[in-house]
Formats: sequence, structure tokens, C-alpha cells
Amino acid sequence: MKALQERLWAGLIKENPIFVQAIGMCPTLAVTSSATNGFGMGLAVLAVLLCSNAVISLLRRFIPDTVRIPSFIVVIAGFVTVVQFVTEAWTPALNRSLGIFIPLIVVNCIILGRAEAYASKNGLLASIFDAVGMGLGFTLALTTLGGIREILGAGTLFGKVVLPAGAQPALVLSMAPGAFIALGILLALVRVVQLRRKGAVVAAGCGSCDLCGEGCPMAGKEADA
Amino acid sequence: MHWFELFFGAMLVNNIVLARFLGVCPFLGVSSRMGTARGMGLAVIFVITLASSMTWLVYYGILEPLGITYLSTMAFILVIAAVVQFVEIVMKKLWPALYRSLGIFLPLITTNCAVLGVAVLNVREGFGFVESLVHSVGTASGFMLALILFAGLRERMAEAAHDVPEALRGLPLSLVTAGLMALAFMGFQGIF
Repeated sequence: MKALQERLWAGLIKENPIFVQAIGMCPTLAVTSSATNGFGMGLAVLAVLLCSNAVISLLRRFIPDTVRIPSFIVVIAGFVTVVQFVTEAWTPALNRSLGIFIPLIVVNCIILGRAEAYASKNGLLASIFDAVGMGLGFTLALTTLGGIREILGAGTLFGKVVLPAGAQPALVLSMAPGAFIALGILLALVRVVQLRRKGAVVAAGCGSCDLCGEGCPMAGKEADA
Repeated sequence: MHWFELFFGAMLVNNIVLARFLGVCPFLGVSSRMGTARGMGLAVIFVITLASSMTWLVYYGILEPLGITYLSTMAFILVIAAVVQFVEIVMKKLWPALYRSLGIFLPLITTNCAVLGVAVLNVREGFGFVESLVHSVGTASGFMLALILFAGLRERMAEAAHDVPEALRGLPLSLVTAGLMALAFMGFQGIF
């Protein structure tokens, strides 16, 4: 049980896909113009991740190693199609605002990443907990970013007015440039907390030098160091 | 005029990275040096053009006549994976020099959401074959433009890295810079 709890905690905080690993950036930036959209996208990814991790974990002994990536993608694409139908039928407004980012869950690196790194090597229960942890971590990050952008950019939170009537919201935060800037500042704040905790030793690590590593999740490597 | 608008609209106004948020991972990941940025940009133009014409043909030639358009997500990702593999094999055989410079980017492109994104957009907008081709080339050129501009900025920034507060170094500052670039690109919105 302890190990399962650890998976949840890892996904939510310690290995949070956005704040720590910095993967799955496209939907994070695109759909977080409001907290509701961020939350909806988070749940959609959680649903796909849960199903795909479970199925891939069950099939892990039957999938030949050489064709594992295409097999994972087919499994994931199947569940994405299901999620697409469900949102179209039950939450058409959310479906419209998430737009093409629902089919694009297929290429979300979090899902393929978890399939490759965890579900294909571990048992059913552990994989499910891993998926729930990572999915909730993603939802948490998207809702936080969406909330911040909605409050500052439109003066509302989950559609309800929160800023006093006289305050002028900064419209730019709910538009495209605001997404990049808000996420950048949020990641910097997370990094401040990390640096405080670990002391100044990490600062000299590899990730602080921009020239090393061509890979995407630079922040992740730094956190591991 | 129509084609002109479609091309530059896709390249500048609705820039795939800075306005549509597709392909952000390679945008942040392979932009620290100008050389790699150019290679990745060219590879993406090549693959997007080929993949979006293939997916268009699959959608209107196979999926629609059979009434199974709901399978488009799965069909598209398989077509894209196959196209990338095919390009890799052909390029290795026929143009080894080109393969050496672009080859390493090809596997990365399968999971580049820009490729699938353009294919889905072409279908959603109801473009004809030539229209979707122009739209795809425009979008891919926009990706390369943004990538190269960003790589230029980051090469400069790397030289000044010591003046940057610790917490902002690397990814956070790159994101803020991309935000300022997106702000500049919003200026194109008035031209059409």
C-alpha cells in the first residue's frame, strides 16, 4: 500500500509532469485560458492515461518489444476516440473550447511516456495508481495555471467574478502571449521553492546551463540531479 | 490573392507555435543552437507537407466513403508514423548526405503534435487538396521561422546567462521570451 501511495504522491508533487518534468507543454499552454478549460483538459488526459496504463500493463507480456511504441499509440488513440465521443455527447461546450486538443491527446508525451516508462514494466494496480497520480498532477497544474490566467486576465474564477468591480484585468494574460509568460513565471516560482529546499548546491547543476542537453524536459533532469 | 492569404495567414497570423500552441516541445527543446534549429525546421516542413497530403487522401479516399471518419485520429497517427518511417528509409538510401543532417530529427517528429495538428486542422476547416497543401506548407514555414528566430534569441541569452536570476535560468526564461515573441507576432493580426 505504501508503494501505491508513493506513486500518487510522486505524480502529484514530486514528479509533477508540468512543474517538475516540464512535458506535455502544448495542451498546458493552449487550453488554460480559464480554470474550467484547464480542469476539463486535465480530466480528459486523466481518463485516457488511466485506461491506457491499465490496458498496456495487462498486455505487457504479449506486446513484442520491437513494435511496442506503435502498439501503445494504437491503444492510446482508441481511448482518445472514446473520450472525444464522451465529451461531444455530454459536455459539448467544453468540447468546443478544447477543440483540436482532444484528438491531440494522442501525441501528449505524458501518456506515451508513462506507458513506456511505467505501465509496460509494472503490474496492473501499480500502473493504475501511477496513472491517477500523474493525471491528477497534470490536472492540478492546468487548473492552477488556468485559474491564475483567468483571475488576472478576465477577473473571474470558474466563471464567477472575483476581482472587485473597479479592477481592470490584464487582457493579455488570457491571450496567447500570456500563456507563455504566466507558465514561465509559475515555473520560476516553483524553482525558487525547490532551490530554497535543497540549498544552493543544485544551482551549479547541469540544467542551469542552457547549452547542455538538447532534450525537452530540461527542468526534469535538473530536479533529478 | 486567396492562396497568398492562406499561406501567410498560416505562417504569420496563426503561427503554429506562438498562436496555436502546437509543436511547443521541439520549439523549446531543439532551439538552443541555430544549426539544429535549421535542421529541425527543414525536417518538419518536409514531413508536414508529405504527411498532410497523405492524411487528406486517406480521409477523403478511405474514411469518408466508408463512413468511419470517427476513426480519423487513429488513422492519422498511423499514417504519420508510417510516413516518417518511409521518409527515413528512402532518405537513407537515396540522399545519405541529407539523411545525416536531418535523420536524427525524424523519429522526434512522429510525436510532434504540429504534424497531427495540421492534419486535423485541414480536415476541420474543410480544405480541398491544394488548399490543404498550401496551408500545410505555410504552417510548417511558420514553425521554422519561429524556431530560427527563437534559436537566435537563445544563443544571445546563453551568453548573458550569468546575469539571470537562478530560478529563471533555462526553461522559465525561455517561456517568457517566447511570450514576448508571441506578443510581437500578434502585430500581424491586422494585415489581412
